[in-house]
Amino acid sequence: MADGTVEKANPAEPAAAPTAWRSHGTARRSTHTLRLRVSAALVAVTVLAVLLVPPLVQLDQQAVDLAAKLEPPGWAHPFGTDDVGRDLLLRCVYGLRVSLLVGVVAALTATVIGTAVGATAGALGGWADRAVMRLVDTLASVPHLLLGVFIVAMFRPGVWPVVVSVGLTHWLSTARIVRAEVLSLRSRPHIDAAVSGGASRWRVTVRHLLPGVLPQAGLAAVLMVPHAMWHESALSFLGLGLPAHTASLGTLIQSARGSLLAGQWWPTLFPGLFLIIPTLALAGLAGVWRERISPRRRSELML
Amino acid sequence: MTPLPWGAMARLTARRALFAVPVLLVVTFGVFAVAAASPFDPVKAYAGTAALGADQETLDRLRDNLGVDRPFAVRWWDWLTSALGGDFGRSTVMRQPVAEVIGERLVWSALLCAVAFAVAVLLGTVLGVLAARRPGSLLDRTVTSLAYSLEAAPVFWIALLAIWLFALNLDVLPAGGLTDTGSEHVTAGQVASHLVLPAGVLAVSQLPWFTLYVRQGVGDALAEDPVRGARSRGLSERTVLLGHALRSGLLPVLTLIGSRVPELITGALLVESVFSWPGIAAATVEAATAVDFPLLAALTTLATAAVLAGNLLADLLYGLIDPRVKLNEM
Repeated sequence: MADGTVEKANPAEPAAAPTAWRSHGTARRSTHTLRLRVSAALVAVTVLAVLLVPPLVQLDQQAVDLAAKLEPPGWAHPFGTDDVGRDLLLRCVYGLRVSLLVGVVAALTATVIGTAVGATAGALGGWADRAVMRLVDTLASVPHLLLGVFIVAMFRPGVWPVVVSVGLTHWLSTARIVRAEVLSLRSRPHIDAAVSGGASRWRVTVRHLLPGVLPQAGLAAVLMVPHAMWHESALSFLGLGLPAHTASLGTLIQSARGSLLAGQWWPTLFPGLFLIIPTLALAGLAGVWRERISPRRRSELML
Repeated sequence: MTPLPWGAMARLTARRALFAVPVLLVVTFGVFAVAAASPFDPVKAYAGTAALGADQETLDRLRDNLGVDRPFAVRWWDWLTSALGGDFGRSTVMRQPVAEVIGERLVWSALLCAVAFAVAVLLGTVLGVLAARRPGSLLDRTVTSLAYSLEAAPVFWIALLAIWLFALNLDVLPAGGLTDTGSEHVTAGQVASHLVLPAGVLAVSQLPWFTLYVRQGVGDALAEDPVRGARSRGLSERTVLLGHALRSGLLPVLTLIGSRVPELITGALLVESVFSWPGIAAATVEAATAVDFPLLAALTTLATAAVLAGNLLADLLYGLIDPRVKLNEM
């Protein structure tokens, strides 16, 4: 999707010219700028649509119109209508709004937990660090979705169990990143200076270590949003997430199963595309960001 | 070829088995703690709809029989000791012992995952090598873009679209289940035709990762000195690519295979429930929907054990393939 446009817009990249290393470099850079622009534009469009459409469009997304049920995509309904005649484009925007909201809140929760645990482990060091990281290893051996399914099943499906289950399962990677970063920061001169200046452990952690890890933690948070959205839609799809009447991308795909088996593809196709495009856009943005903060690491789109 | 370091491998396996014990203890304890903290009531779950008509006295007696009022740590210990003897309790949703449920269904899940994984590894290697051969070519860009898009696509969505295309429109493959409706015996031919779609979708969901890593690994290897040396000796492009670049580029990928078990389990959860494949992953979803705690607890433990086994496999492969790695130090 996003990538396709990037690649198409850049036909100048030399295939295998022997003297092309220099021009290859510039082509690469222009690819990157383009990827940044396309990703930023897509994210902006997504956020604007999600924020502006509900207050601006005076249509009820739940309004049922049985006369117009299961209409294929056309002028009146660009994405067609679902099995009770609701406009799918509007439903998708609302669904994206819910999924994005759940994703952002869950990703923030996971990042806060992960940063707190990782920074504490890294700053304390010694046996506390080993114990905490062993616990992280242990939790990491349970597959995320399975743990999420378990938590949601035990606490009855709903918005908060989903947020909690995503938050509780996804902080592990952030904790590892933050701890590693704290450990590498600890040996820097400015930390030694702060310690020998008499700063307390708490002050060193909060004033000197945490600001240093914030870029990495922020990056992890951005990359976490698509993960959290994916997780939410998977749970909702299994019937263990948001209630069926709340439009989220997962519940939309779930409720479209009946019409899919009757041959109508559009109620299934579009919610999925609404999940893929923001994911790729966010991953593109995060990739550029990562190159900024650690230019030596190889640039790979990471999902 | 040097003989396999059986001794070191056995020692590593034993060490990992020892490490797995505390992990499984903590995970099962956590499972019981979460259940204790939740509003879930085992008595109501056990009695099902019968609980609605039952009088309080019966419910109290049931509560007493099940020993629900004891602290969860005690119940956890009881469960653990009987689980070591192979008794994981009774599944309320399947109406049979949990061990039986797992025994019946594990085969089908293993079959699905193994086929999907093999397809993903083979296809991923082929696509990755083709893409790495000419970086920036049309093929490379197509493969890379497709891989990223597929990686972002939810697997259940791909599964549904695959059903729509292959089962409804083209009508070449069955849409789900293990055998045709109405057939009484499980025959190999029926299973094979019913396996194609779920295994294909699961493979497609694992494919992007392999493709991208192989492309990366082979691409890096193509720029290294041994490959340049092979080229300058006048070896054919095919030998250089497959004999030199692929061999060294595939190393890191092979070692990461074992660590893909969590993703495989996640994918199987969704794929099995879309295709009503009678495996344990689909049973997990059913158990979760019906809040069947004994089954959920056993399956979570089983999945954790599978992940640990995958990690062990990854480390063993690492030591076998890369002689610089000492198995004794892991």
